[in-house]
Amino acid sequence: MTDVSTSAPTRELPAFPMARGCPFDPPEQYSALRAERPIARVALPGDRTAWLVTRHDLLRQLLTDPRLSSDRTHPNLPTPVPSLQAQAQQDFAPIANALIGLDAPRHSTHRRMLITEFTVKRVQALRPRIQEIAEGCVADLLAGPRPADLVSALSLPVPSMVICELLGVPYADRDFFQSRTRTVVSFNASPEDRSAAIRALRGFLDELVTAKEREPSDDLLGRLILRNREAEVFTHELLVGLAALLLLAGHETTANMISLGTAGLLQNPQQLDQLRADPALVGQTVEELLRYFSIVDAIPRVALADIEIGGVTIHAGDGVALSVGGANRDGVAFGRADELDIQRGGRHHVAFGYGIHQCLGQNLARMELEIVFTTLFARVPGLRLAAPVAELPFKDDATIYGLYQLPVTW
Amino acid sequence: MRIQADREVCVGSGQCVLTEPAVFDQSDDDGRVRLLAERPGPEYAKTVREAVDLCPSRALSLGEDEG
Repeated sequence: MTDVSTSAPTRELPAFPMARGCPFDPPEQYSALRAERPIARVALPGDRTAWLVTRHDLLRQLLTDPRLSSDRTHPNLPTPVPSLQAQAQQDFAPIANALIGLDAPRHSTHRRMLITEFTVKRVQALRPRIQEIAEGCVADLLAGPRPADLVSALSLPVPSMVICELLGVPYADRDFFQSRTRTVVSFNASPEDRSAAIRALRGFLDELVTAKEREPSDDLLGRLILRNREAEVFTHELLVGLAALLLLAGHETTANMISLGTAGLLQNPQQLDQLRADPALVGQTVEELLRYFSIVDAIPRVALADIEIGGVTIHAGDGVALSVGGANRDGVAFGRADELDIQRGGRHHVAFGYGIHQCLGQNLARMELEIVFTTLFARVPGLRLAAPVAELPFKDDATIYGLYQLPVTW
Repeated sequence: MRIQADREVCVGSGQCVLTEPAVFDQSDDDGRVRLLAERPGPEYAKTVREAVDLCPSRALSLGEDEG
């Protein structure tokens, strides 16, 4: 089979990123692409092209293929706007080069400096403290006025407090890092604003890491600094980049899943009733919400060599966007893929990615989500949305999908 | 059923431990996979296969048990 679209001019290719129809679903075009051209040539803003992968099996195959590179500084890396690409080569480089932008074997060396901090056992030991944090936020929510914004009352505070305590970052600085993170992940922000936000985050963590280098504290960053004295894996600049990455990824992703997951369950009352009737379902509820919302959609890669797959040839140097939203709604991998079904047991979703870069903090995220949903729906039995879904401010302009606000009442 | 775990490939995501904690563990020293049973009984066949499928780094594989 020859893919005729490889030689088509850019203007005739489907444009990427694609707009969503329903705010709970990935872009509607993904279904047709998956059926007809599961690896399709697409046009990116700025006269660029890339391959878009929307099938679950092909996505997993490609994410375990060492011929695809994660190098964020490669000029062909597919990004939703060209300025993000330029940024990846400059301001963002020390953050990406600490972990997410590396290929094996260097990636393995870096990741191994962190794995012990995020094992299933280590994360389980954090459960009582996370429970306490969640209880506190829900108690404050109940004591405050109605309607309330769930994002500022619960979604952001819980993961922010957890990651601050884990890393050893003062929670008092939350407004600073939360607002800078919002700008960093927004592709509508001006390149100047985004650069300033990235530099501000790095500057903030530079001071903190410098202090911990002088006097290592008993927290993740302190322990990392001590391990690094022996192993000499990270330069100071990369330690700062890694701290920025962990702080950003540790709060923004989970926060958006709390907001979307709550909205998703409130909009599917039968599912919520099942969860309320059997709280032990919370684990698979979290897996299903992760699959259903797929908040990080397009994983960017660049081919290092020609790859023949799914009837096409991805040429060396081509950009590849691996669609998590596309793969997680693949009807072959998940029956009735567009339905939210907490009984599904579809743990093979790729919401945390796949391959060697699969989310380092996934077990922490799972535990936070389980605790938050359990606590929220138990303590606030009458919880409901205080605005129609169509009027909610969804993050259509961000590389991490979610909600800016979520008005709720009870 | 015999499990092979390649610790050089493992990235410590912990998917196997979540899937079948009676067979898989993560080392306290480096967070990478540690087999609690190399030849688990047939009652673990389903969850072990699931763990192999879920492993993001493809560090796990199954071999035929000759015994």
